[in-house]
Amino acid sequence: MSNEPSINVDHDEAGANIEHGDHENAYSGLLVNDAHWAFGTDFEDPLAGVDTTVPEGVDPKDLAAYCLMLGDDALVFSQRISEWCSNAPDLEEDIALANIALDLLGQSRLLLARAAAADPGLVPQLPEGSPVPDEDRLAFFREDLQFRNVRLAEVPNGDFAEAVAKILIYSTWRLAIFERLQSSRDSVLSAIAVKGVKEMTYHRDFAGRWVLTLARGTDESKTRLLSALDGLWPLWEELFETHPTEASVAAAGIGVDPAEVADEAGVILDQVFAAAGIDRPERGVLAGVRGKKGRDGLHTEALSKMVADMQVVARQYPEGRW
Amino acid sequence: MTTQVNENQFDEAQLEGQFASTIKAKDRIEPRDWMPEKYRKTLVRQVAQHAHSEIIGMQPEGNWISRAPSLRRKAILLAKVQDEAGHGLYLYSAAETLGTTRNELTEKLIAGKQKYSSIFNYPTLSYTDVGTIGWLVDGAAICNQVPLCRTSFGPYCRAMIRVCKEESFHQRQGYELLMTMMRGTDEQRASVQESVNRFWWPSLMMFGPPDDDSPNTEQSMEWGIKTHTNDELRQKFVDMSVPQAEALGVTFPDDGLKWNEERGHYDFSTPDWDEFWAVVKGNGPCNEQRLAHRKRAWDEGAWVREAALAFADKSAAEEATK
Repeated sequence: MSNEPSINVDHDEAGANIEHGDHENAYSGLLVNDAHWAFGTDFEDPLAGVDTTVPEGVDPKDLAAYCLMLGDDALVFSQRISEWCSNAPDLEEDIALANIALDLLGQSRLLLARAAAADPGLVPQLPEGSPVPDEDRLAFFREDLQFRNVRLAEVPNGDFAEAVAKILIYSTWRLAIFERLQSSRDSVLSAIAVKGVKEMTYHRDFAGRWVLTLARGTDESKTRLLSALDGLWPLWEELFETHPTEASVAAAGIGVDPAEVADEAGVILDQVFAAAGIDRPERGVLAGVRGKKGRDGLHTEALSKMVADMQVVARQYPEGRW
Repeated sequence: MTTQVNENQFDEAQLEGQFASTIKAKDRIEPRDWMPEKYRKTLVRQVAQHAHSEIIGMQPEGNWISRAPSLRRKAILLAKVQDEAGHGLYLYSAAETLGTTRNELTEKLIAGKQKYSSIFNYPTLSYTDVGTIGWLVDGAAICNQVPLCRTSFGPYCRAMIRVCKEESFHQRQGYELLMTMMRGTDEQRASVQESVNRFWWPSLMMFGPPDDDSPNTEQSMEWGIKTHTNDELRQKFVDMSVPQAEALGVTFPDDGLKWNEERGHYDFSTPDWDEFWAVVKGNGPCNEQRLAHRKRAWDEGAWVREAALAFADKSAAEEATK
């Protein structure tokens, strides 16, 4: 990586500099704009100040379609993980899962905003004068069949073993892709990947440790882990299938062909399984419909319900200001 | 007062004298200092109740994470609910310095033997409630908690400084959400007013029963665990909130609310204390739902906590044989 355009990342260092001053006025905090809150919770446009010019020789429509795929993966998976909030086995895991969901949500916002900037034609039309920003039009005003995420991301939540197994699989796959994407010719995608690599290294580590713990913990935890991996495994292959859009952005030097990272991701997963003393599940691949799968907008039944829930308030106020 | 004392060397009267002079000098009592048993018990009760409130308080707002109408608002809400889990963690840790454990306290909560703030027994019926809770409920909580940053027990006092700082940020975000919605459509403005109407009275009840009906206040003030009476704080909250409501463009549902030149405070009507006691005694709109949710999450996580302990034991045993 020679040039790394940076996107402002506010890592949570809450409490690092707490002053013992005047705490009397409950409203004094309304006026300060501290920089240490979670990414994406401030009042800025996510791509503020970033050059969004599409690099030469790249079809903006391909770039946008590709960003939508990656953005939908992150959005849908974040939505699922956030369902864990207040439901985790203990407070530490509740906080960790929320962190992962927040990281993915941040990635999806950048990717959706990038998609909209590259191809405004992709963005759903709303009534004249609607203040809804592009990232939200894409997230809340597309139909479920227009979502391009891989089907793994939408699998309904199971138990905690299912959560860590799914995060391990997703982050192992996505990290391998993002490591390459860091050298994308598109400076925005490259910056998103640089930020994402740091985040997903932690996600993979969190999930890997728990897979190890559950595999070697009790009989029950091992049984649950094996059953979770078994249930998810049919979706493993789909992660590495090349969609024509991915082939074309890879050829243009702005995207990554997922098939290229299949071996690498498989080796890493096998290392975790070996350390945990468990075997790779042996399951058939989950079929699509006439070959169409998540990347083509062909999903499982679970997605439309999830999307309906996610979009309900936004659609109630198509001209709403948030 | 941080020197460790051997209880056998002093008689009770001497210890009490030292304790009283520490309180009088407004110094901190630290975990290894001698303290009267009733002081310890009162503190455990208060800190536990506060910790439980943070954890139960994740639910009403968590109810809207999946449906937040913009991605930025989703990030803000998820980060806020995550902060509440974090507050619960520090407060349980503060309680643990008094000789109890998080597990023990959680079991008591689930068994209904310890309370949490009654405000969380009210339902969140619209996404707008997220903003109202931030503004009024967090605002009331800050009024209650700011004086605790100077409370006599060191660990509690230090936890509160951090909690208050984050709460004031949440309050600001809630107020900012309502402000933004007031600049939106008529439907949004109506929704803000409707939500404020529902939360105003329960927010006033957050300061507890009137002073002449609050049996623990006197002793707690003497010990420096509490520094203001319920009615003092309630008045302060009303005085601060009225100008905020005017700036926002909403009204509070109280015909008796008006400025009293003589007192230099706003007069306001009496909250419905029958409703307050009904909710405290378990008959609020969501008491059963909140406890059942917490119990389910705790019970469903039992196998994970057991696996983590078993894994730690096995790892320690392996380490020992190396």
